[in-house]
Amino acid sequence: MENIEKHEYDVVVIGAGGAGLRAAIEARLAGKRTAIISKSLFGKAHTVMAEGGAAAAMGNVNSNDNWMVHFRDTMRGGKFLNNFRMAELHAKEAPDRIWELETYGALFDRTKDGKISQRNFGGHEYPRLAHVGDRTGLELIRTLQQKIVSLQQEDKKAHGDYEARIKVFAETTITELLLDGDRIAGAFGYYRESGNFVLFQAPAVVLATGGVGKSYKVTSNSWEYTGDGHALALRAGATLINMEFLQFHPTGMVWPPSVKGILVTESVRGDGGILKNSDGKRFMFDYVPDVFRKQYAETPEEADRWYTDPDNNRRPPELLPRDEVARAINSEVKAGRGTKAGGVYLDIASRRPAAEILKRLPSMYHQFKELADVDITKQPMEVGPTCHYVMGGVEVDPDTAAALSVTGTVQGLFAAGEVSGGMHGSNRLGGNSLSDLLVFGKRAGEYAAAYTDSLEKRPAIANADLDAAVETALAPLNRAGGENPYTLHHELQQVMGDLVGIIRRKGELEESLARLGELKERVAKVGATGGRRYNPGWHLALDLRNMLLVSECTAMAALEREESRGGHTREDFPKMDATWRKVNLVSSVAKTGEVDLTHKPIPVWRQDLLDLFERSELAKYLTEDELA
Amino acid sequence: MTVRNFKVWRGDGSGGQLNDYQVEVNEGEVVLDIIHRLQATQEPDLACRWNCKAGKCGSCSMEINGMPRLSCMTRMSTFEEDETVTVTPLRTFPVIRDLVTDVSFNYEKARETPAFAPPAGVAPGEYRMKQVDVERSQEFRKCIECYLCQNTCHVVRDHEENKKAFAGPRFFIRAAELDMHPLDAKTDRKEYAQSAMGLGFCNITKCCTEVCPEHIKITDNAIIPMKERVVDRRYDPLVWLGRKIMRRDELEQEAVAVTTLHAGEPTPQPDGAAPINWHREIPAPQAAVAEGDKLPLNEVLSDRTGASSPFGDEIEFPVDPATLNYYHPDRD
Ligand SMILES: Cc1cc2nc3c(=O)[nH]c(=O)nc-3n(C[C@H](O)[C@H](O)[C@H](O)COP(=O)(O)OP(=O)(O)OC[C@H]3O[C@@H](n4cnc5c(N)ncnc54)[C@H](O)[C@@H]3O)c2cc1C
Ligand code: SF4
Ligand code: SF4
Ligand code: FES
Repeated sequence: MENIEKHEYDVVVIGAGGAGLRAAIEARLAGKRTAIISKSLFGKAHTVMAEGGAAAAMGNVNSNDNWMVHFRDTMRGGKFLNNFRMAELHAKEAPDRIWELETYGALFDRTKDGKISQRNFGGHEYPRLAHVGDRTGLELIRTLQQKIVSLQQEDKKAHGDYEARIKVFAETTITELLLDGDRIAGAFGYYRESGNFVLFQAPAVVLATGGVGKSYKVTSNSWEYTGDGHALALRAGATLINMEFLQFHPTGMVWPPSVKGILVTESVRGDGGILKNSDGKRFMFDYVPDVFRKQYAETPEEADRWYTDPDNNRRPPELLPRDEVARAINSEVKAGRGTKAGGVYLDIASRRPAAEILKRLPSMYHQFKELADVDITKQPMEVGPTCHYVMGGVEVDPDTAAALSVTGTVQGLFAAGEVSGGMHGSNRLGGNSLSDLLVFGKRAGEYAAAYTDSLEKRPAIANADLDAAVETALAPLNRAGGENPYTLHHELQQVMGDLVGIIRRKGELEESLARLGELKERVAKVGATGGRRYNPGWHLALDLRNMLLVSECTAMAALEREESRGGHTREDFPKMDATWRKVNLVSSVAKTGEVDLTHKPIPVWRQDLLDLFERSELAKYLTEDELA
Repeated sequence: MTVRNFKVWRGDGSGGQLNDYQVEVNEGEVVLDIIHRLQATQEPDLACRWNCKAGKCGSCSMEINGMPRLSCMTRMSTFEEDETVTVTPLRTFPVIRDLVTDVSFNYEKARETPAFAPPAGVAPGEYRMKQVDVERSQEFRKCIECYLCQNTCHVVRDHEENKKAFAGPRFFIRAAELDMHPLDAKTDRKEYAQSAMGLGFCNITKCCTEVCPEHIKITDNAIIPMKERVVDRRYDPLVWLGRKIMRRDELEQEAVAVTTLHAGEPTPQPDGAAPINWHREIPAPQAAVAEGDKLPLNEVLSDRTGASSPFGDEIEFPVDPATLNYYHPDRD
């Protein structure tokens, strides 16, 4: 019989990124015994990678900014599919959450009059992103980490033990949530270091596990992003919404490998960079859609004149909206005119003098020089679409962050951060994620704590469930001749990248489902060599089934939604369709493991929020009936 | 594509050895890519930490040819094609398995460092600070907690016994950061660093600054100012007088002569001028990479206890202060 370490907590937070840490702080402030669990070391979660900033309508730079403007921008960004209540709460509460960070010791960049500086960002009407150079995510996570330390110091004073009321379990992976009927009763996982199992008995669990990007070949996401939280929620009976909406950046580096997935900012194109295929042809002129014909140049000569004389010339086609650029790159690569690594060339070197590039893009220059020894003043970059963020996620109650199920809620399960869905609709605005983490992280912690107060007795864990969890976790190690997890992972990334990528087609999506079905059978037979101590092969083998389950939800939803909106582009249905705006696609899994997809009407808008928009604007998104 | 030779340390707390591998290397790859290829093709259970692969999270610290580095930021093109690249775990922390070490020392020290103390009576949203003032602390907040500086500092590198009393450079910059925070309400950060964090152990070898991937000037901007102002505060009028009345030429001669690592008394110096030019270049020390075909790595294989120093085995600690870019004014 396995020896399983057992812990009792009131609230268990899975994930130590921005959302998880904020939730844990709130639960601890509410007096609950709180555990924070993270796959990697404390302070390394994906949130450290965020660069741009955190959006909050503080109005420090432009005093016209307020929550209503922020709300409008968010809804436009998400193409009106956002859960309106979440967008409202987010816009209203983000400033307080940012200011609160200062009381924890954060040091944001300042305006002249000493307030928090705010920068412009795509989609935001006013300068709105609080930032610290290009390392805002690091500041955020370090601040929250240090706040937790300060709470631990208080506890040490009061109880003689740092870990009396809040403890971090680093390098610990949760593989299963355990239920008592339809209530959460605990979480089961293993210590990466020792391979030993650990059980957390807790009535409330907050999921804050981040995204799913590791299912894609080219991604800006780290190894942690295997969709664990999404899969844990599904298996616990919760539902996911809008899994078809993934954010791809059109120009991420695809080569060299050391910078694969790193994003190349749009300003490279704005400053004169052009896209070329492997024949050296500047191909964007072939991809200007009719609706944009009037605004975009037809010849390279005209396009080049635009940079110096924008009033009398039309814009170069490299500056088309993101999805058009992505579609063009995608078509070139699929037509066999891409580079070996599956991208195209982004060339600024031959177009601008080295000194000018250095002046306008200093951090790009240094990043590529240092990471890849690529000199962007001398050679072109190889770029292609990169998976960046998942808008879809656990369906939650907007106010309490409680996870919903097909019939109601999964009692005791909460979700916040990238793992939750709804807030961003079909597309996320830059900077809205970091503020999302804080706003809904806090709410999740608060309501998880309140939920534990409402309970009369602690839910119990059934021994059979525990045994099953142990068996599933050990299975790959016991399958000596099983298939190599790295190979399977590679194939999954191939399928998702090629068939469920940035531009989708019916045939390809159907093929992807068939291929995922085959992979599912093979993943069930995956094996891992070596022992239990810090064995990455074993860890990957366990993550694979989560990735696969979530990929299946994405592929199914992508096939179902016959329109193009935000982060979901169907080549066979290129237009946005107002009737589809009324629908959320909801995924759940049956006991047998089958994924089930249903249509669910979006919540009815409150009139006062609708009134924030001009009727003419609403007409672009809503159906006739809704407007009447 | 070429196939190149690697030596990777495999083992755990009870011991291990350097294994030889031949691995494909493609243009533009970094050491972490090679480790990943090794996992995918030959050693699926090879343990290593990483997250961002972009030099932002500080997870992938290891020693490459004896130098403490981020493996995701170490390009293969910096090595000769026929050069064997040796990859070993961080030396200062106990090995868990392969390239993964137990860095809990750092988390313990983090927990002992007193947290930010918010100013009383200033409501959230009312914090006002000047950009120039926050910038000094922001330099230290760039820290990605890779712990390469901690790993490198000789005070703990081969001296387990010092770990209890010494917080290390990462936490000296944390103390400095809070000390320089325009609104931090605690006023004894420097004294605390001196009395409880073991700042006095540091003899400004600058090794920590040298390895910091974020190029934080740990010694020049954090440690030295803290030490100097600790001295300032414990102000000794006699020394001050000495500074004023001695002639500069006398001073320089005398000072060089009496400066020892831990001088019994602060040596007088003319108006802040040091007897040593702190800013002259010292050549970067080099590690002995391989002896025969083995890197002297652990007690079993090596002729000494401990790994070879990343700064070369010729260097002996404590370092002769006359060769340092710092003049040590005080000892405790
Ligand atoms: C390159 C890049 C730049 C970005 N820039 C911005 C920006 O400028 N502004 C912005 O708003 N957003 C930005 N984002 C998006 C933003 O960083 C993320 O969406 C956000 O950090 C997600 O935070 P989180 O708290 O949800 O999860 P994360 O910070 O990703 O944390 C997930 C946590 O869950 C843990 N975990 C996962 N699975 C398990 C498991 N099974 N068991 C235990 N623990 C588990 C992980 O260890 C980790 O601690 C950027 C993203 C990237 C990749
Ligand atoms: S200067 Fe030298 S002794 Fe001081 S902390 Fe840095 S490495 Fe350690
Ligand atoms: S100070 Fe530099 S070397 Fe030390 S942990 Fe921070 S980033 Fe790493
Ligand atoms: S993997 Fe994040 S710093 Fe190297």
